[in-house]
Amino acid sequence: MASYPAGFKYSKDHEWIEIAGDHGKVGITDYAQQQLGDVVYVDLPEVGAKLKQGQSFGTIESVKAVSELYSPVSGEVTEVNTALKDKPETVNKDPHGSWMVAIKLTSPGEAGALLDATQYQDLVK
Amino acid sequence: MEQATEAPLKKTPLNARHRASGAKMVPFGGWDMPVEYSGLSNEHAAVRARAGLFDVSHMGEIEIAGTDALAAVQRISSNDASKLAVGQAQYSGLLTPQGTFVDDLLVYRLGPAHFLLVVNAGNIPKDYAWIAEQIKPVGDAVAVDASSRYALLAIQGPEALNVLQPLTGVDLSSIKYYWFAHGEVANVRATVSRTGYTGEDGFEIFVPPQSADKVWLALLESGQAADVIPCGLGARDTLRLEAGMRLHGNDIDETTTAIEADLNWIVGWKKDDFVGAAALREQKASGATRKIVGFEMLDRGIARHGYDAYIGDAKAGLVTSGTQTPFLKKAIGMAYLPLEHTAAGSEFDVDIRGRRTRARVVTMPFYKRAK
Repeated sequence: MASYPAGFKYSKDHEWIEIAGDHGKVGITDYAQQQLGDVVYVDLPEVGAKLKQGQSFGTIESVKAVSELYSPVSGEVTEVNTALKDKPETVNKDPHGSWMVAIKLTSPGEAGALLDATQYQDLVK
Repeated sequence: MEQATEAPLKKTPLNARHRASGAKMVPFGGWDMPVEYSGLSNEHAAVRARAGLFDVSHMGEIEIAGTDALAAVQRISSNDASKLAVGQAQYSGLLTPQGTFVDDLLVYRLGPAHFLLVVNAGNIPKDYAWIAEQIKPVGDAVAVDASSRYALLAIQGPEALNVLQPLTGVDLSSIKYYWFAHGEVANVRATVSRTGYTGEDGFEIFVPPQSADKVWLALLESGQAADVIPCGLGARDTLRLEAGMRLHGNDIDETTTAIEADLNWIVGWKKDDFVGAAALREQKASGATRKIVGFEMLDRGIARHGYDAYIGDAKAGLVTSGTQTPFLKKAIGMAYLPLEHTAAGSEFDVDIRGRRTRARVVTMPFYKRAK
């Protein structure tokens, strides 16, 4: 059974966000990487991209399929984890350590609607 | 692939085994099938380095028998079945009068007047109806859908022979590529064929459905020392693509002819009339305007089935298969392109979700095993 960090918030689209102040780092959950299978490609936005909650900010591909990445919050991309370009398989090995983008939240209140670890675990049970 | 109907999924005799073993199951061609066991890349690598075991019992088996069975097969199958000795098999096409693919298949000659056709799972009813209709004028030949009488296991990879040999009295080293023999495997009546869909040496084993689980477990046990693992359809697809093998429904279908699919070698040009012959002879004479090619991506990105190919600003073709291969570690695929752009080395663009991405034509297969 995967463990979902208690300090993260989770979206129903299977992204997690670790929020500190008005910044958050976003990745996909262990459940999402299991569903995808072996990740071979991650396509991420540029620094400065403006995102709306629920909007696609990139794509992730496994050998079999392509999936959209959805932003759990609105904000501006301040940092992109470019290491994933060359080592996309880290998403499978360490999904909750593989952040994809860092976002400066424009509406921090949105995070309140996200799931906590217990709620998310119930969702994917 | 999308499910065409809401009908309940069919199950192979190994369905319970797959579920109990924790395989990830998906609908495929109307069947509930394992897409992966331990992970697609891991399974793909195992087949290239050691061996993998596949359940391909969803494949269909249609038998044709009767004194005119050869004539019947010659009529519906594009390849020349008269070249087959008893005990030999060949790859072939089941073609429309336009020379396009109803399906692709393997034709096994079980006896002088008895043939076994192995067809794709999703096409069994369509193929059977087509064959039954087309052979009506032939005389003494009858087609039977015998799919429910066979389970089919595939052991594929360089260790396949060593894993299978201890379980059978059949001398496997004496079976040549695309030949088969009857015997027993794990004390179960079996037909052992030196064929596969992975680009590796290996065997496909036909057994009665009620004994499939016994043979499956025996093969895994025999393969334990060599670390043979069960594999799903995901690895089967990436393995066949690396080997340059066409997939019906992706690379060939009722819109593509055998010539366009670059499968002239499965057309019996010298034999008498067969369904599709006239159209193919005409296209051969006039020249096809497009052809399938293998390609690899030059820019980062993975081209996939259904993506458009561009020459300059003009939409010029279609990607029919594409993936990031776990073994060659690059993005490869197959596409139909205008004939003048099919030479190895010529470049084109693929529209990957709105982004033009450079690709280059390469010679297939992408992967060829060392002899």
